[in-house]
Amino acid sequence: MIVSVALLLSEHKSSKIDGLRSTLSFFVDPLKYLVDLPNVLVERASNLINSYQVLRKENESLREAYLINQTKMLKFSALENENIRLRALLENSFKLGEQVLVAELLSVNIVPYEHIVVVNKGTRFGVHPQQPVLDSNGVVGQVFRALPFTSEIMLITDPNHAIPVQVNRNGLLTIAVGSGQLNRLLLPYLPSNADIRPGDLLITSGLGGTFPQGYPVAVVDEFTSEPSKAFSNITATPKALLDRSRELMIVWSKSIPVPLISKPIINEVEIKTRAIQ
Amino acid sequence: MQFNNYAGFFRIIISLILAMCLRIAPWPGDMAAFNPDWVLLFLIYWALAQPEHVGIFHAWVFGILVDVLTGRLLGQYALAYSIIVYICLKLHKRLRQFPFFQQGLFVFFCLLLSQLLLFFVKNLQSPAQLHASFWLPVITGTFCWPIVYGVLRFVRLSRRSN
Repeated sequence: MIVSVALLLSEHKSSKIDGLRSTLSFFVDPLKYLVDLPNVLVERASNLINSYQVLRKENESLREAYLINQTKMLKFSALENENIRLRALLENSFKLGEQVLVAELLSVNIVPYEHIVVVNKGTRFGVHPQQPVLDSNGVVGQVFRALPFTSEIMLITDPNHAIPVQVNRNGLLTIAVGSGQLNRLLLPYLPSNADIRPGDLLITSGLGGTFPQGYPVAVVDEFTSEPSKAFSNITATPKALLDRSRELMIVWSKSIPVPLISKPIINEVEIKTRAIQ
Repeated sequence: MQFNNYAGFFRIIISLILAMCLRIAPWPGDMAAFNPDWVLLFLIYWALAQPEHVGIFHAWVFGILVDVLTGRLLGQYALAYSIIVYICLKLHKRLRQFPFFQQGLFVFFCLLLSQLLLFFVKNLQSPAQLHASFWLPVITGTFCWPIVYGVLRFVRLSRRSN
């Protein structure tokens, strides 16, 4: 009992016993995979049962989507180069591209009243706390704790989570706070006369350093403005499919910006972005 | 005899590991809040039925493992479980004589006490703002007690007949 109180206090004060936690997680992490096992089996079985025609149809639609994305990417790389040049003209620094790792969600529920999910990649894959996590639609959350074989991810809708965002239309900066509901974010720090409309896209602003700039976060919901109050009561719906996507992407953003652009660095950037693709 | 004792002990360990799996099993949608604290229920049963096998130390070890499993502050489940098991061990002779309904009431108060301890620790960590659903596992746990009792009694007695 004394030991547990001591442990409680020591963890509360510092994070020195993270080593103990990760050692113990060697014993406990297999349980998470065990609980996830039925899900994996069902998925494999349904893959086996899928008929040839369904698979062919899916293959075709994926190929089409791939082609469309590829042509978009052609334009994107040109735009990126242009962006680098323009930033160089403004004597501004440019952030290098990001590297991603695809992690799969384990269907376990470790705490019911907090929005924390578990994925199957951990420190063995170089995952570290506070890394941003995305899915194909938008920002999902950040790595909360990385264990050797799994890591815990706090969703943006967790009541303890806040993410710095900006309105895509006019660059208005604010903070989106989790509401505890999977389909809602709160924007509590906007004055009632702020220039924000229903349907505005909120993107990450890159302030705070955790999330890279420019990823879509949420869309502003319908609201009625109340001029009598100092702060308006605005909510937004997350873009990411928080309760449906099974594959998540853990992002490493290069923290060292390239100071000024010269010819060889452009090439390097091109190579790197190509390598990521 | 020695071998038999070990077999019984392993049965307890395996049942507790299963309880840990149940603890993190996904429940559909918002039902997750109803998931009772299976590990504690199993520990209470074993502490009442076989106090010579389950001690405070076991409760503490499994508490630490649950802490790691659920990503809580290390030691909070360990504290709660060891206190509850201590109470059970102290009272197990009297509790075995109780009628089933009173045992259920005792289990209810055990679960409530553990949840109170967890709430207390959480409150120390940061001013807690919790939903009323935080207390739901206490109630569902009490309703699950007859099931746990039945199943584990079957497991225990099937060992003896072997």
